[in-house]
Amino acid sequence: MAFEGLTTRLQNVFGKLKGRGKVSEDDVNEAMREVRLALLEADVNFKVVKDFIAKVKERATGQEVEKSFTPAMVIIDIVNKELTELMGGTQEKLAKASKPPTVILMAGLQGAGKTTLTGKLAKLLQSQNHKPLLVAGDIYRPAAIKQLEVLGGQIGAPVFALGDKVSPVEIARQGVQQAKEQGNDYVLIDTAGRLQIDEQLMQEIKDIHAAVKPDEVLLVVDAMTGQEAVNVAKSFHEQLALTGVVLTKLDGDTRGGAALSVKAVTGCPIKFASTGEKIDQLEAFHPDRMASRILGM
Amino acid sequence: SRRKKIDEEFFEELEEILIGADVGVNTVMTLIDELRDEVKKRKIEEPSELQPILSEKLVEMLKGSGDDVGMKENPNGITVILFVGVNGVGKTTTIGKLAWRYKQQGKNVLLAAGDTFRAGAIEQLEVWGQRVGVDVVKQDSGADPAAVMFDAVQEAKRRNVDVLICDTAGRLQNKHNLMEELAKIHRVIQREIPSAPHETLLVLDGTTGQNALQQAKLFGEKSGVTGLVLTKLDGTAKGGIVIAIRNELKLPVKFVGLGEQMDDLQEFDADQFVHALFAGMAGTEETEGENESQ
Ligand SMILES: Nc1nc2c(ncn2[C@@H]2O[C@H](COP(=O)(O)OP(=O)(O)OP(=O)(O)O)[C@@H](O)[C@H]2O)c(=O)[nH]1
Ligand SMILES: Nc1nc2c(ncn2[C@@H]2O[C@H](COP(=O)(O)OP(=O)(O)OP(=O)(O)O)[C@@H](O)[C@H]2O)c(=O)[nH]1
Ligand SMILES: [K+]
Ligand SMILES: [Mg+2]
Ligand SMILES: [Mg+2]
Repeated sequence: MAFEGLTTRLQNVFGKLKGRGKVSEDDVNEAMREVRLALLEADVNFKVVKDFIAKVKERATGQEVEKSFTPAMVIIDIVNKELTELMGGTQEKLAKASKPPTVILMAGLQGAGKTTLTGKLAKLLQSQNHKPLLVAGDIYRPAAIKQLEVLGGQIGAPVFALGDKVSPVEIARQGVQQAKEQGNDYVLIDTAGRLQIDEQLMQEIKDIHAAVKPDEVLLVVDAMTGQEAVNVAKSFHEQLALTGVVLTKLDGDTRGGAALSVKAVTGCPIKFASTGEKIDQLEAFHPDRMASRILGM
Repeated sequence: SRRKKIDEEFFEELEEILIGADVGVNTVMTLIDELRDEVKKRKIEEPSELQPILSEKLVEMLKGSGDDVGMKENPNGITVILFVGVNGVGKTTTIGKLAWRYKQQGKNVLLAAGDTFRAGAIEQLEVWGQRVGVDVVKQDSGADPAAVMFDAVQEAKRRNVDVLICDTAGRLQNKHNLMEELAKIHRVIQREIPSAPHETLLVLDGTTGQNALQQAKLFGEKSGVTGLVLTKLDGTAKGGIVIAIRNELKLPVKFVGLGEQMDDLQEFDADQFVHALFAGMAGTEETEGENESQ
């Protein structure tokens, strides 16, 4: 169960080299097997791993590795750079409408962390002197509205709610309207968790999208998600045209390979990392740090 | 399309199906090696012969010794069931569903609102209590959860209920203080009823990957987990990590969650679960749509 970091694994592969002094094709193949296992253990989707390995292998069979005295290190360096690159290279900011309010729509599976994120983003925006309005668009989960109201109360941000008898599309529409009237420059719309295969609920969020034309559609993804992350991300992206991803629960000890899967299938930047249950535990996402984390370094 | 022979490609496909279902990576590698041996030893040539062998192995693993599959009950008094797990996996919802299940069996059920931390958690459990028609013992948000449990056990005794189901706040297994808090909750319950909790159920989100193994290990150490509930199997995730957990930690899956409604809880069925793992695989008899059952 104990996870060996990629460094140790590769050093084991190339440790056998000592005395032979030359990297063979077999050595590289064995190293690639270790890279593959490390990524799978980190929950990177197996198809994404396949493409990734092909890319890394191409570079690793070049001169760099063969001539090196520390082939393990060279391969790690290649893997690390390719991973960082795949994950977006640089950090990306939240969208901003040319004419306020900026409308942000949350989307994702049940329990991913959408409602908590809505509170956290509002708090972050407040600290930048913005006036966010929270919109309670989850009419299904027991006490979902209450949860958002408590979060809004904690940070002194207004929460727009119409109870659980009005359609979420209507709630979102009226929420944006109220923001315009009352001078809120950001509208954060919380939505119910939904499975990407739930046609009715996916239609509902598409309708919300059509009604309020959000500037930012954030897919909220639990960092502990396994192989399923690609299906979820792909389907949400096809149906909603996502603009960004937020990875939650990164304060855990998961390696978070889902980050790579989601990025690979949507191409959307991962904009934030949610790192705790408290309302101020939200950070900018750093692709390079995530790469190291996935590799166990 | 049905595959005609057992070749490297076939093993690769099997491996990908298992990995793709989140079966533990180590477990998959071991299984595939065992299958290769089996093919040589028994001179198997048809893929259709191999797949049942694999399924059988998996079912065997999941069933374990088999004597820990049902829910343990207290024969002479209150049965206490404690729910634990990381954030957002479905603890509170599963409690609602399980309460409904017991209620239908004519049992007297009481719920304990042990999540005093998350915004709206107490109210969420109360809504479930109303839906199902059972009472909830609670204190204010922010109260000591161990104190809530103490109250709840006293109330359960006073009312002489059949089943007390205790909710707890979601916590990540690497948070030392929160895990200690859980250990304390466990101790308080045990002090009041020495044989309790009769079941400590770790709820796992079916979409979780390899981290679930770590969850099972650490929650097991801190709260004496006796079984698992695998939720959200109404989606397309397979929840295969429970195979590794069963194999390495001997923890049985007791229930699966198949939706957000009261009656979306089923007893775990190993055969059905394994069947669903292979749904859609080339070279097997499965047809589309079967992966929706479990
Ligand atoms: N440790 C940790 N917990 C988090 C984080 N983000 C959210 N949570 C917790 O995860 C659980 C689910 O969060 P919610 O915000 O309710 O998730 P949701 O996506 O709104 O859930 P539904 O509305 O039911 O779909 C709660 O217990 C949160 O406190 C995080 O970054 N770290
Ligand atoms: N589709 C589906 N959703 C589920 C299932 N079980 C729970 N959920 C949903 O998952 C979300 C989280 O469920 P909760 O019961 O609040 O989870 P929890 O573990 O109590 O969460 P915290 O207390 O915040 O740690 C809610 O939106 C539930 O409706 C299930 O079997 N299938
Ligand atoms: K989750
Ligand atoms: Mg929510
Ligand atoms: Mg809960």
